[in-house]
Amino acid sequence: MSGPAAEAMIDVRDLNVIFGKGADRVHAVRDVSFAVAEGATYGLVGESGSGKSTVLRALSGLNPDWSGTVTIAGQPQTRRRGKAFYKLVQMVFQDPYGSLHPRHTVDRILMEPLAIHGLSDPERRIEQVLEEVGLGPQFRFRYPHQLSGGQRQRVAIGRALILEPRILLLDEPTSALDVSVQAEVLNLLQRLKQERGLTYVLVSHNLAVVAHMCNELAVMNHGAVVERLDVERLKRHEPQHPYTRQLVTASLGYDRAAIDRFEDFGSVG
Amino acid sequence: MAAPLLTVEDLRVDFPTRKGLVQAVRGISFSLGREKLGIVGESGSGKSMTGRSILRLVSAPGQVTAKRLEFDGIDLQRASEAQMRDIRGERISMVMQDPKFSLNPVMRVGEQIAEAYRTHQKVPRDEARRRALDMLAAVRIRDPERVYRAYPHEVSGGMGQRIMIAMMLIPDPDLLIADEPTSALDVTVQLQVLAILDDLVTQRGMGLIFISHDLNLVASFCDRVVIMYAGRIMEICDAKNLAAAQHPYTRGLLSCLPKIDGDGSDLPVLRRDPAWLEHGL
Amino acid sequence: MTSQAQQAESEGLRPWLLSSSPKSRGQARLGRAYIGWLAFRSNALAMIGLGIVVTLVVVAIFAPLIAPYDPNAQILADRLQFFSAQHWFGTDELGRDILSRIIHGARLTLYIVVLVAVIAAPIGLLVGTTAGYLGGWVDAVLMRITDIFLAFPKLVLALALVSALGPGIENAIIAIAITSWPPYARIARAETITIRNSDFISAVRLQGAGRLRIIWSHIVPLCTSSLIVRVTLDMAGIILIAAGLGFLGLGAQPPLPEWGAMISSGRKVLLDQWWVATVPGIAIFIVSLGFNLLGDGLRDVLDPKSGGQG
Repeated sequence: MSGPAAEAMIDVRDLNVIFGKGADRVHAVRDVSFAVAEGATYGLVGESGSGKSTVLRALSGLNPDWSGTVTIAGQPQTRRRGKAFYKLVQMVFQDPYGSLHPRHTVDRILMEPLAIHGLSDPERRIEQVLEEVGLGPQFRFRYPHQLSGGQRQRVAIGRALILEPRILLLDEPTSALDVSVQAEVLNLLQRLKQERGLTYVLVSHNLAVVAHMCNELAVMNHGAVVERLDVERLKRHEPQHPYTRQLVTASLGYDRAAIDRFEDFGSVG
Repeated sequence: MAAPLLTVEDLRVDFPTRKGLVQAVRGISFSLGREKLGIVGESGSGKSMTGRSILRLVSAPGQVTAKRLEFDGIDLQRASEAQMRDIRGERISMVMQDPKFSLNPVMRVGEQIAEAYRTHQKVPRDEARRRALDMLAAVRIRDPERVYRAYPHEVSGGMGQRIMIAMMLIPDPDLLIADEPTSALDVTVQLQVLAILDDLVTQRGMGLIFISHDLNLVASFCDRVVIMYAGRIMEICDAKNLAAAQHPYTRGLLSCLPKIDGDGSDLPVLRRDPAWLEHGL
Repeated sequence: MTSQAQQAESEGLRPWLLSSSPKSRGQARLGRAYIGWLAFRSNALAMIGLGIVVTLVVVAIFAPLIAPYDPNAQILADRLQFFSAQHWFGTDELGRDILSRIIHGARLTLYIVVLVAVIAAPIGLLVGTTAGYLGGWVDAVLMRITDIFLAFPKLVLALALVSALGPGIENAIIAIAITSWPPYARIARAETITIRNSDFISAVRLQGAGRLRIIWSHIVPLCTSSLIVRVTLDMAGIILIAAGLGFLGLGAQPPLPEWGAMISSGRKVLLDQWWVATVPGIAIFIVSLGFNLLGDGLRDVLDPKSGGQG
């Protein structure tokens, strides 16, 4: 497809992810290609089982069972990633209750990446990142169970940022949060992106969040991309593919008549 | 509206803890006819406790008090435990958020539904089986025979939630309390499940209390909306007039949602006013 | 919040410990321990267990000061006496004071229990977390070895080892330790598998952490609490096996005042002078009970599955 592949920050071509063997074989991601320019936010939208999170895990190096070409910041990636990669790419997980070690204080959680990479001046860096994600110094020595969901997600964002990466992979970063907290976290992510010139890949089932955050998006169903579109087209409610159109209708709220017209998009292509 | 199906007056739920009394619900009043009433609030607003206290399902240290808690002429506070058992399931049903925890993992789902029917109706086994299959079809399960024979771990989340709803609806209750029944489901499945509930309200004249955090969904689905914050009701309004809501909390909740056709600028952040706690409805 | 914490700090230790915004690593850790202690303290049975175990430790440390007689001093004229003001728990078949022997026996019991725990628990933890985290063939090999050890009854395996190594308290400890680690490895592996795929482990992998670091500083701390509980509950069993080996003459050798060996020697006169065997039996019973109660109490505080995570 199209895309400024030459200077793209992230370039994914013909990504396939296959789990298991024989009868248990699951083709979770089929021939997915997309490119993300530096400083852009790219959205991956789909329902559960669409493979959107699997794409993200393959990008991050958490899942080695992929084939295809993944180029990040000009570097072709293999299945194993080195420390330099992790300094470049970080991830924020969906569930703020599961992504922080229950026995580590905020301080320890933020210290860990600094220790792994042997970065200098950890005290200053921890204080600074806490400040940046909107948590005061009084949060530094708390345990995760002493924090609210929104505060935990801020810590998780701080942990991702403390290595000063250029790419942030966001896996449903606000879907476990209350709407008022979601707004705060989305604003924080937008501000950090502007301040640091970050590139985001955002996985979400929520079209409104994706429309709010992204420049471009890909709609996925059953492991394949059904449509790639500019966010402006989404905002004008003008997607091409009937599946995307159905998602847009569904995200607008309950409409008894529209539901009877819902189709079942079993397996695509 | 005729005599309401459910009347709640000055309902309070308190939890004594080491640090003092925690008031989960602080004196709320509302009534329900044969309609869809939405209760919306963020986590900790007391919306789930409200649903549970109607069925007297608030567990041990929690204390429920109310000036009035009346369902179809029955005083729910005075009803004996035996009376409550008859009411639960047969006249008032409840659907919870996670279906997997509510289904018995070692029993075929169809048998569980048939069993739920037979506890309240003395009917022969094959009659119960036929009713269960009908009910599975009513919640739009395509292959009821196959699903009837399946175990809970063999069905998807969306299917599991439909099975739960079938199980709760088979005794033909007058009131269904649905606590975030669809928030674990994909949007399209969620709407299809809501359509089933909607049809039951219109066709059978059932009352529905729909507890959710999703203001947009509740506004488009329900007839009336109760907005809760920190154990109090901030506002009760007709769902179609929600956009014109007066209370700053409701307005704040509405405006902090990203919109699909928004302009991508910073979202307004909700400012909480301590005075809201003093002036609940 | 900050000003509140500062104010609280000036009011004494308790508010400082319970502060919701600790100011240093030490304060956070102490505060957490204090909250655990508060929960533990509210459990009366656990406190009884703790009392018994603390008493055992104190008695063991100060045994020479507390014991009224030399545990090995034989006064053959005073053989097999019943309870009296001179000999509170009577004397044994060689005229030794039973109370003094029990008091000195506490040292042996504690020695066995502590050494077994110090040897077996880390082996189990290491094998279990490594197998659980790495999976694949490492898991298969380590777990089959564990299964082989688990397949033998504990006492029989200990007996075989002691008869191969020769009787004696050190060999008994080695034998008990070797038979005790497999269940710990199983527990640690099961815990590791449940946390291996959690997001916080994925997050630390994405920071570039190596396997050693992940196992050591992220998985081990989560396994230790349930292991401590299990080891404490197993203490009673360890004491019984040690006593069993002593009873069979394969553990501590005479004249060491080991409780099991004391029962063994009292067995000959059980019908006429019942107290000679019964008093050490009661000592074993009380200490085992103490460790069990302590373990139960610790489980409520430490076990992440019963609310320790908050």
